[in-house]
Amino acid sequence: MDLSAINPVLLIASLMVAATPLLLAAVGELIVERSGVLNLGVEGMMIIGAIAGFAISVETTSPMLGLIAAMVAGAVLSLLFAFLTQFALANQVASGLALTLFGLGLSALMGRSYVGIKPPAMAKLDLPILSDIPVLGPILFSHDPVLYFGIALTAAVYWFLKKSRAGLILRAVGESHDAAHALGYNVIRVRILAIMFGGACAGLGGAYISLIRVPQWTEGMTAGIGWIALALVVFASWKPWRVLLGAYLFGGINVLQLNLQAAGIAIPVEYLAMSPYLITILVLVIMSADKSRAPAALGRTFHASQ
Amino acid sequence: MIALQKRPTPSRALSLATPLIAVLITMIAGGLLFAALGENPFEAIRTIFWDPVFGEFAFYYRPQLLVKAAPLVLIAIGLSLGFKAGIWNIGAEGQYIMGAICGAAVGLAFYPTESRLIFPLMIVAGAMGGWAWGMIPAILKTRFGTNEILVSLMLVYVAEQFLASMSLGLLRNPEGMGFPGSRNFSDYPAANSWINEAAGLHWGMAFAFIAVIFAYVLLNRHILGFNIRLTGDSPHAARFAGVNPTRLILFCLGTSGALAGLAGLFEVSGPSGQINIDFASGYGFTAIIVAFLGRLHPVGILLAALLMALTYVGGDLAQGNLGLPSAAIQVFQGMLLFFLLALDLLTNYRVVLKKRGAA
Repeated sequence: MDLSAINPVLLIASLMVAATPLLLAAVGELIVERSGVLNLGVEGMMIIGAIAGFAISVETTSPMLGLIAAMVAGAVLSLLFAFLTQFALANQVASGLALTLFGLGLSALMGRSYVGIKPPAMAKLDLPILSDIPVLGPILFSHDPVLYFGIALTAAVYWFLKKSRAGLILRAVGESHDAAHALGYNVIRVRILAIMFGGACAGLGGAYISLIRVPQWTEGMTAGIGWIALALVVFASWKPWRVLLGAYLFGGINVLQLNLQAAGIAIPVEYLAMSPYLITILVLVIMSADKSRAPAALGRTFHASQ
Repeated sequence: MIALQKRPTPSRALSLATPLIAVLITMIAGGLLFAALGENPFEAIRTIFWDPVFGEFAFYYRPQLLVKAAPLVLIAIGLSLGFKAGIWNIGAEGQYIMGAICGAAVGLAFYPTESRLIFPLMIVAGAMGGWAWGMIPAILKTRFGTNEILVSLMLVYVAEQFLASMSLGLLRNPEGMGFPGSRNFSDYPAANSWINEAAGLHWGMAFAFIAVIFAYVLLNRHILGFNIRLTGDSPHAARFAGVNPTRLILFCLGTSGALAGLAGLFEVSGPSGQINIDFASGYGFTAIIVAFLGRLHPVGILLAALLMALTYVGGDLAQGNLGLPSAAIQVFQGMLLFFLLALDLLTNYRVVLKKRGAA
């Protein structure tokens, strides 16, 4: 075992990369849950985003178009969920599961001809002086644009929920859809928009994995990140900044265990690979004591006649 | 303008008809999908749904149907109990793996002793393994209020890693020349789950039938089953009626875990034959579709599992004969759940035409 091979600066830089897909998906799901909808299809939307983004950027050789395609694909898939839960009034848990199962299958089908291909690389930020600063440079100033976008998105979501009128309406819908309906707000429309936003974010997060983090396409490559994102929203008590904190924490654990695997620590690889999931459970246990932060109407079906 | 009117009670006729309609619509949508993939849709549908049962080589495929249906029935029966009560165990895949590992470990520990007692012991160990894995989300939920959906799912990934560790380490065949995977149970008659391999009959199918009867009696004739249904329909009413939610959660997750564990054990000691890295094949997730398609009703689940088994067997056949990708069947199964959930609307609501503004 050689722990000195682990470079703390690179570790922090790579944990930011590892955290970004989680952050994107979790921030999207945060908005969805704040509107009172529980979409368990994050994993499905992520993997669809991963393959759609991958396929489009390989075909067009433009990573940017790929990312946009991933967002569109995630949002389109989430519309299926929106239709089921908002118009057909189906159970949200079951519909979310359906979305994940369907997404995993469809992505495998779409991705058959893309196995083993390298996608076009995304240009990284390279500022003449700032990127060359010894420690801060690699950590703060030499990432891909999506990583910065993720942080900016967190700030935007914070502002939206806290300061904007539309955010207030969204929260009202999530706390009591009947009251929001009585005030004249269109509950269904707000929720559909929230679901689509969540889908676009999850799609982008998925494409980040297949285009930047890994970068290649393998079947089922999201490997539960969508589910961890769902847990992250609970961990964050439905607050945007805590999502960022949680994503970096999980990213850190994941990068650390990968580094320990590479360093040849005495713990078998399989047990290290379990650790992110076990820690997710542990965190859920700790955070579940306080349920008061959850949106009051979370997971409940709204139908105007009732 | 189209509006929805809630029915006073769900329509019984439609509740029976919707799974059939959903299957038909899925066949049409699936046909379109296959056409988009460049296959002849009619040939693909016939290969998947007709040939395994009535085709030229049906004598070979019919036993396969039973082999695939047995684990699906076992797992889905367990899941349906929880789903009825609003307890969402979606980690059956993990419980299935743990049951297989525990049961196989007991069997391998006795190798090569021959005794009638070994297989029953393995069955107990398999059920206990799945039960214990199911109890983790149950205890965390009752003790700390942790979401059982996320915990049970996280445990699937943990179980998969544990499976890899076991098949490369502790349970690896000492005479296997270093290849991953345990000894094969087909070489060990005392620990073999086949009753009649040619007919596709193993003890899993027998236990599946017992589980169907047990679940039917429980849900229709026993106070516990009544409490499960009551909790699902109205948690508040259930609490007033004195239903203990903690006991219900422990029972539902424990039972579904044990049944999934049994399914894993019968699979590993029969059709699969050994503990190996690729042992988990997604039955735990497909069983979720089976449970819904079967309307969470024991007999319905039996029929739904046979239909799902047909898509597996037919899908393999279509893969071999037509070159249809295996993922297409997964998409097909996902679509089925979509259409089913969408059509459920008709069971609970009446679609009425209203003049705009009349409401």
